[in-house]
Amino acid sequence: MLYAVLCYHMEDVVGAWSPAHDEAVMARLAAVRDDLAGQGRLSLSARLLPTTTAVTLRKDREPPLLVDGPFAETKEQLLGFYLVDCADLAEAASAARELAAANPGGCYEIRPVATAWKSNDVHGARP
Amino acid sequence: MSDPDWIDAALVSARPRAMAALLRYFRDLDTAEEAYQDACLRALKSWPEKGPPRDPTAWLILVGRNSGVDAARRKSRQTALPSDEVLTDLAAGLDDAETALAERLDGADYRDDILRLLFVCCHPDLPATQQIALALRIVSGLSVRQIARAFLVGESAMEQRITRAKARVAKGDTPFEAPSPTERAERLLTVMAMVYLVFNEGYSAGGAEADARRPLCHEALRLSRLLLRLFPTEPEVMGLTALMLLQHARTPARLDADGLIVLLEDQDRGLWDAAMITEGLALIDKAMRHRRPGPYQVQAAIAALHARAERAEDTDWAQIDHLYAALERMTPSPVVSLNRAVAVSKVAGPQAALDMIAPLEGRLAGYFHFHGLRGALSLQLGRDEAAREAFHQAIALAGGAAEAAHIRQHLDRLQAEGEKNRAAVSEG
Repeated sequence: MLYAVLCYHMEDVVGAWSPAHDEAVMARLAAVRDDLAGQGRLSLSARLLPTTTAVTLRKDREPPLLVDGPFAETKEQLLGFYLVDCADLAEAASAARELAAANPGGCYEIRPVATAWKSNDVHGARP
Repeated sequence: MSDPDWIDAALVSARPRAMAALLRYFRDLDTAEEAYQDACLRALKSWPEKGPPRDPTAWLILVGRNSGVDAARRKSRQTALPSDEVLTDLAAGLDDAETALAERLDGADYRDDILRLLFVCCHPDLPATQQIALALRIVSGLSVRQIARAFLVGESAMEQRITRAKARVAKGDTPFEAPSPTERAERLLTVMAMVYLVFNEGYSAGGAEADARRPLCHEALRLSRLLLRLFPTEPEVMGLTALMLLQHARTPARLDADGLIVLLEDQDRGLWDAAMITEGLALIDKAMRHRRPGPYQVQAAIAALHARAERAEDTDWAQIDHLYAALERMTPSPVVSLNRAVAVSKVAGPQAALDMIAPLEGRLAGYFHFHGLRGALSLQLGRDEAAREAFHQAIALAGGAAEAAHIRQHLDRLQAEGEKNRAAVSEG
């Protein structure tokens, strides 16, 4: 089975890490990541840019509405995600709108990825 | 969770919010600062033992408020009468639970608090360097030693400077009432200008100073992201943040091993910070969606075109020329026109650019970059004598060793070529 491990933390606090501390944390994480990748178990991982870069496509209305800011409603839950290669925000928004047309209701938060690590030789999902 | 690094980061990140709330409460910078420092000391004692609180900022405000009230009570026994009204007000709030406080911190009040804290640092009587020093001390919480190092002055001199700035601010009228929408917008503009000053103070340094001043860029970015969280739909705040990110991304390529300036077109673009560029591009995209352009957005859009060009020769100079034209209309200034001239020289050639900057001479005669560009354009046109004369004027106006050394390279090259040519002539 594939499991998603979703990372939550206080953004302000992480943003106040010194560059040296940030690097040290990333190096420790990289060791764990490399280990998982070495076992052929890591599919991909990504560090997202701060929530200040996010926009949210509210698709609970017609037409869907693109608003500034991250998704921030506790009454909805994270159910999935897409990682899409886009030249700019307009392309990302248009991909999200296509998805929205297929599945109205709820919202998509659109947030750029700072760094992504991809491993090509994952065993795939064991049923 | 309670390791020292985590606590440090928690205290640093909580500082603007906590200081802002304490300033509203005590209406005095020194009292607010003492109260905050006391709360930090207590946090350093309590958090490692009991673990960090659920909401560190609310904890610091609550503890800081209690400590400030205690201090005011102690003082009142020794000195003049306190304002009863203030003390009752304070006492009434003391029993509030952390959670209730945290809830009240959200929303517009808290946004105006932070804006006010930043705004008092922008007191119009204060020269720019004092505004910056005050903001770094009060809002960012940098130590006097760190600030002194960034400004290349002694610690006691910086201490005096900050004390004087605080006294000046204390004498003025700090506006504690909630601002009207227009006032809020004006304050935001003033504060944004100050944040960009902090950034430039760090960014414009070259040579040995560059490392010492880099923390200023980090602080400016942190302040700007803070503003953006407070004003999440304000395109100019997105523009300012994007502008600083896109410029700061070039830092690793801007100076060579000897600390000399490397021009944008000669920089190794592989050294640019990719994550910062992604963030900057995302923010400028987000800003442009609003179709409410402003000077920071236009400058960020220019920086974005440089960032999007994989090689210098891929740069969309025609678009940059258009954007500078827009910037000239928004904020007419000879310096903007001078920057536009660089784009014009790429689109229409060096002569067109020289013609464009000629009328600026009266206003920019004392400006390093004016003569630097005049020299570079003359050089492109093969007018060595004019180039030499312009470079000599530039070097006399250089603002630092790195600027001077950069021009010196041009002069040395001209000198060497002159000798080579003379040698060739005498041989021939």
